[in-house]
Order: sequence, then C-alpha cells, then structure tokens
Amino acid sequence: MGLVESGKLPKSLTALLNTSRKYSLWVYQWGLACCAIEMGAAFGSPRYDVMRLGVIPLPASPRQADLVVVSGTVTDKMAPAIRRLYEQMPEPKYVISMGSCANCGGPYWDSYSVTKGVDQIIPVDVYVPGCPPRPEALLEGIVLLQELIQNEDMAAKWKGDPLALGS
Amino acid sequence: MPSEADTEAATTAPADEARQVLLEAITADLGDAVVGSHLIAGKDLWIRVTADAWSETASYLHGRQKFRFFNFLSGIDWMPSPFGRSLDATVDTLLEATAGTDAAPAEAAAGRVTGYAGGETRFQVLARVHSLTTNLGLTVKADVPEPALEVGTWTHEYPGAEWHEREAWEMFGISFAGHPGLRHLYLPGDFEGHPLRKDFPLLARLIKPWPGIVDVEPMPGRDDEAGSASTGSASTENPESE
Amino acid sequence: MTAISDRRQLAYIAAQAADARVNVELEAEGMTLNIGPQHPATHGTLRIVARLDGEQVVEADPVMGYMHRGYEKLSEVRTYPQVTALINRIDWLGSFANEVPFILAAEQLMGVEAPPRARHIRTILFELARIANVTLFLGDMGVQLGAVTPIFYAFRDREHILNQIESATGGRFHPNFDRIGGVKDDLPAGWISETKQSLGQIRKFCDVMEDLIVGNEIFQARCRGIGVIPADVGLGYGLSGANIRSSGVDWDLRRDNPHPGLAYDAIDWKVWTHPDGDSFARYWVRLQEVREACHIVDQLLDTMPAGPIMAKVPRIIKVPEGEAFVETENPLGVMGYYVVSQGGLEPFRVKIRSASFSNMSISPWLLKGSYVPDVITILASLYFILGDIDR
Repeated sequence: MGLVESGKLPKSLTALLNTSRKYSLWVYQWGLACCAIEMGAAFGSPRYDVMRLGVIPLPASPRQADLVVVSGTVTDKMAPAIRRLYEQMPEPKYVISMGSCANCGGPYWDSYSVTKGVDQIIPVDVYVPGCPPRPEALLEGIVLLQELIQNEDMAAKWKGDPLALGS
Repeated sequence: MPSEADTEAATTAPADEARQVLLEAITADLGDAVVGSHLIAGKDLWIRVTADAWSETASYLHGRQKFRFFNFLSGIDWMPSPFGRSLDATVDTLLEATAGTDAAPAEAAAGRVTGYAGGETRFQVLARVHSLTTNLGLTVKADVPEPALEVGTWTHEYPGAEWHEREAWEMFGISFAGHPGLRHLYLPGDFEGHPLRKDFPLLARLIKPWPGIVDVEPMPGRDDEAGSASTGSASTENPESE
Repeated sequence: MTAISDRRQLAYIAAQAADARVNVELEAEGMTLNIGPQHPATHGTLRIVARLDGEQVVEADPVMGYMHRGYEKLSEVRTYPQVTALINRIDWLGSFANEVPFILAAEQLMGVEAPPRARHIRTILFELARIANVTLFLGDMGVQLGAVTPIFYAFRDREHILNQIESATGGRFHPNFDRIGGVKDDLPAGWISETKQSLGQIRKFCDVMEDLIVGNEIFQARCRGIGVIPADVGLGYGLSGANIRSSGVDWDLRRDNPHPGLAYDAIDWKVWTHPDGDSFARYWVRLQEVREACHIVDQLLDTMPAGPIMAKVPRIIKVPEGEAFVETENPLGVMGYYVVSQGGLEPFRVKIRSASFSNMSISPWLLKGSYVPDVITILASLYFILGDIDR
C-alpha cells in the first residue's frame, strides 16, 4: 500500500486498476426534474440496461457512490444540498451533468430561482446535452466517462498526503 | 348539461341564462360589495368585490351558492412593466430600460390598463371557484388597498387557499389577514423581493440582452398569408443584429 | 494499536455530549423526521418535515420550492409560441397535456378555432400523454410499497407510447407540438395502425398490473383505508382528477365542460369513480382511467376526419386584449391557465393552476395522525409531479 500515493505505481498495474474501476461504477441518481425520468429509463428499464456497461445504479447513499448523475434543474434552494452530497462522496468521484438545465440553466436561463449550471457548485466531468437527453445519450456520457477513467493517472489525481495506515 | 353548453358555444348567442341568473343573484345578495362584473356569454363570468368584502365573499359563495371546488387564488400586478414589453419595446436591453425605472407613480398609474371587471389599484387578488351542481366557474377579483396591501383570508371556507395565499404573499407581497402562517413557500427564506411584481428585474436579462425576434420563421408552405403583412412590420423595427 | 490521543478523546467526549443533547430534545418534543428533499418516495425533490410521536405523525409540513423555476414570471417575457416550449416541462410525464389548456386559452382570446382534424390529433396526443403519465404511476406505486417488479414493466411498456408520441411529434418527452390554431404537423404514414398496436400493449400492461398489484394481499392491506379523503374536504382543498373521483365525486371536465377545442363530444366513454376515497381507490381509478384512455384513443383513431391541420393565423402571433381561463382534465387533475393579454406578443400575466399543487395542499391535513409507513403510501397514491407543484 501507499504505492498509489507515492506515484510509484507501474503502468500496467495502473491500467489494471483503472479497468476494474471503470467497470464497477456505483452511480448515485440525483434526479431532479424531467431528466430524472429519462435517467430512470436508462437505469431502470430493461430496454437500455445500463448494467451491461458495468454501472451499478443502486447505492444506498452517496457515501457508497463513485459517480453522481445530476439530472435536471438545479435551483438556488437545492444548490447547498447538492454541494453537501458531493462532499459526502469518497474520492475518487465523478460527476455527470445531465440535461441543459444542469449544464447551463437551459430554458430557465433568465429565471430568478435557477442556478445557471451545476458546475457553479461542483466540478463536472461529463456534460450530456439535451432537453432532456435520450437515455442513449446518457449511456454515451457514461462511456465517455469510462474512457476518461481508463486514461487516468491515479498518482496525479491523488493530491493529498500519503495515508498513514496503522499508526 | 354538456350538450347545452355546446349549442351555446356553437351559436355564440349573447344570451347565457345560467351565468346571467348567477350574476343577478350575486349582485342582489352582496349588494354594494360588488363593484364590477364582466360576462362573456358561453365562456366565463368575472365579478369584482371590495377589499373589505373579500373574505365574506368566500363564505357567501361557499355557503349560499354552493361553489364547493376551490380552483386557485392569486394576484395580478397591473403596473406596466418598467422594462417595456421586451419584444415590443424600443429598448431591447434592459440596462437601457432600467434608467427609466423611477417614473412617477401617477405616470405609472396613467399607463395602467386593468382587465375585466375593472379595478383602481395596482394590485388585485383574484380567485376562482367552481360549482359542481351547476358546472359553472366564477372568477372573483378584488382591489388591494395600496399602502397596507392586505385583504382578508379565504382559508376559513376553502382550506386549500392556505398555500395559494402563501404563494401570493411571496410573489406579490400581498398579505392576508387571518392566515394561519404566511411563510415562504417556494423561495429560500433570505430571498429579497417579490418576483411576480412587474418591477422585479430578471437579472440574467440585464447582463445578456434578449436576441429579439430572430426565431420567427415562416412556416413551410404557408409563408404568405393574410395578417402576416400587417404584423410583419413590427419585427423589422426590432434591431435583430444585436 | 496505539492509544487514543488526547484530541481524539476530546472529540469523543464532545460527540457523547452532542448525542445526549439530541436525546433530550427527542424526549422533550418528539422526533422530527426529515423526508427528502431527495428521496425515492418523493418523485423528485419534495421535502417533508414530519414531527413524530412514536411512529405517529403529529404534524407534517411539506417544504417545496426545490424545483421552483418561476414559470409565471418567465412566461411574461416570452412570446406565446415560446411559452408553449417552456410549459411542456411543468408536468414532465404528460408533457403534451400541459400545452393544450394554454393554447386553448390563447385561441379563445384570439377567436381562432382549430379545424376538426387538428382537434382530433390534439385529443389523441392528450390521451396518449395521459397514458404515458399514469402508467408510470401504476408501476411506481408498487415500488413505494416494496414491490420492485412493476416499475420495470411500466418503463418497458411506456416506451411503446413514447415511441408513438415521438414518431408523431419528434419529441419523445417534450413534444411542443400544439400550435395556436391547430397542430404542427400531420400524422406520419402508418401511425394509426402502429398506435393501435401500442394500445394493445398498454391494455396488456393494465391486465398485468391488475393481477400483480390490485389483487395482491399485501398491497390491499397497505392501501385499504389508508389516507381517506372525504369528498367535501377534498373539494375545499381543490383536489381534482382521479384523486377526487376516487372519493366518489363524479366530475370530469372532459365530459362536463368539454372545450370546443378538444374532440371529446363525439365519442362514447365512461368516467370511473370509486366510493372509498382511500389509497386503494386512487390506484384503482387510475388503472381504469388508463384503460378508458386506450378506449378513447381507439375511437378517435377510427373517426379521424380529413382536412387541414391549421387554421388561418398570422405568422407573428399577437393576442388581443382580454382575459381567459381555460382548464382541462390533465393526467394529474384539473390544469388551467389564466392568461391576461394586453395585446402584445407576450402574455401580460399567466397564472398556472396546476393540479399537483392543489392535490398536495391536502397533505398536511391528510398526513396528520397517520403512521410513518403510511406516509409513503399516501404520498404515492396522491400522485404528484414535483414540476407541477413548484412550477
């Protein structure tokens, strides 16, 4: 242990770790509006069957999730809750922003109560455009995220101190 | 019942027995409290009552006239928008428009157009109830007296009015005497202002001007039709190049 | 293992003290249970703060606004056709049904009437939106009560209807298809027979749900007698749609106030009611309504008239001065738009009377005195869409 943090992980081992990580994404569904139904169709319906991509849409809480899909309109009232959700997730964590509202405010670009994009609150890895995006589009977004995970250097991602285990 | 309504609508005859009778009954019973009314035959009926009688009107409609179904309660701000009617307005960016926000109240009142059944104040409350026995709907309006902005509550007759009144309080700043608890309904507690007032600015539009009527395209196959020539000039006036 | 450092010890003591304080609070005032704002049982982001005494709810206070997008304000700065695109997203499960009352109100103000074929297409899509909406409820109610299978069936069979909506309108979710004076396009070739096949799927789905859920002993035990709404109370709170019909009120705007812009007058159908007013009745009535909607669409498909799909309307829509309120029987209940026009390109004021807002306003009254597991049943059976509450 400690190899990851020290950056001395062999390339082949990184690739192996990344491959196993990308095919066991536990995704927390943060469904907010219309997109939540399309997300439900992508994750819950037999027609789109997201589990074949190695995505498990069933964590009980954000503390057990690797990925959160923020789908729908983020309002200023909801924003603190989203920030809290993100902070509860363990590293490494990824965010997919689904739908125009979560991307940039969408049709509510001039509203007085809508946050213009979830990326004002939390960092976003993949944006899925559409209003709402089709379930296929969300699956594409997940595939893109998996590519991103595959090419990741875990040591570079680790910015904290080495874990002091057993002390 | 439905067939009658149909024939009425089809012939568009000015006679609307049921609504006429209802209007006469209401004006007879409420007397001076009814200060205005408007009837569109076969479509709808509006009455306007004084602010003092607003609360009793609910009791009367619920008790005597058997309007049991509570449809909605809300408000209207009749002030012309200081930002112009944005697509129609000569100023398209709100930054220019905000320069003229401090118009004198009298001037604003002069430009004010009130809707059916009249009105004298900037704010009006309106509510709608429906009777299942006669299948008629009725819209009730009342002026909201200016400095206090307070009318009576409807919650004693229609418990569903509670949320609607909270919404009207939040959106317009109209308070309702006797309401069990006027709290924020939609917006966070520290929100400032009343969004549905006409002088509440949409800040995103201050920064980014509305592009104008760029998205009005002729429908395929029917581009030259009557009416488009007369209204077409309005679109060319607007600066689209911004 | 090393010994616990001083800091840890202090933290431990502080935590114990905090726990003790919480315990005292619990004993003093009863427990406060916070359901939501993100909870699978709330279809979105409703938060319910419930004060409990043991397992009984003493007071329930729904906290809304997590999905408030300000439709009424935004409608004032958009032209009429732009408003249509926006209001699709109020009740996102039956999107097309949101457009219809607004368009009808604008038509009423302009004095425009849609040609018969457009009325037919409009009504068909209206009913398809109802099917798309309520089928999800039929499955979702099972999930709330611990039966996971029905939701998969619902998502599967709902796709048939969504496909039909998509092939006619181009939008799977938000069609934006209704226009002032008619509809955007004619139906594609072969659509009628395909739709009939899809309706067959939905009918089969209804039968499955009847076997799987309605007849289920656990379902009945958890729903019968739970959340009973007397008709008088329901009307006072403005309950509408299937919620009030399951309290024995025989009232359906489609039959009682048929708007001339929709084609309900020409066909033969039935309004379903249930005398009980409990959660089970609400489920049962909705199930029958989906079947009835299939029946209505079937008849409308058979009697489809030929002719134009748009009335003559100016290209740039200016609505003359006036006020209009038009309400229709939407999937969730009575939805109406109070449109005030001052002769401009945009409405001067749009008051949206959405069904779920009124349907949910009864919840503090209804949840008082119920038990925590029943809270979920009651909320699920009232059936609301958050976008329809918060707007």
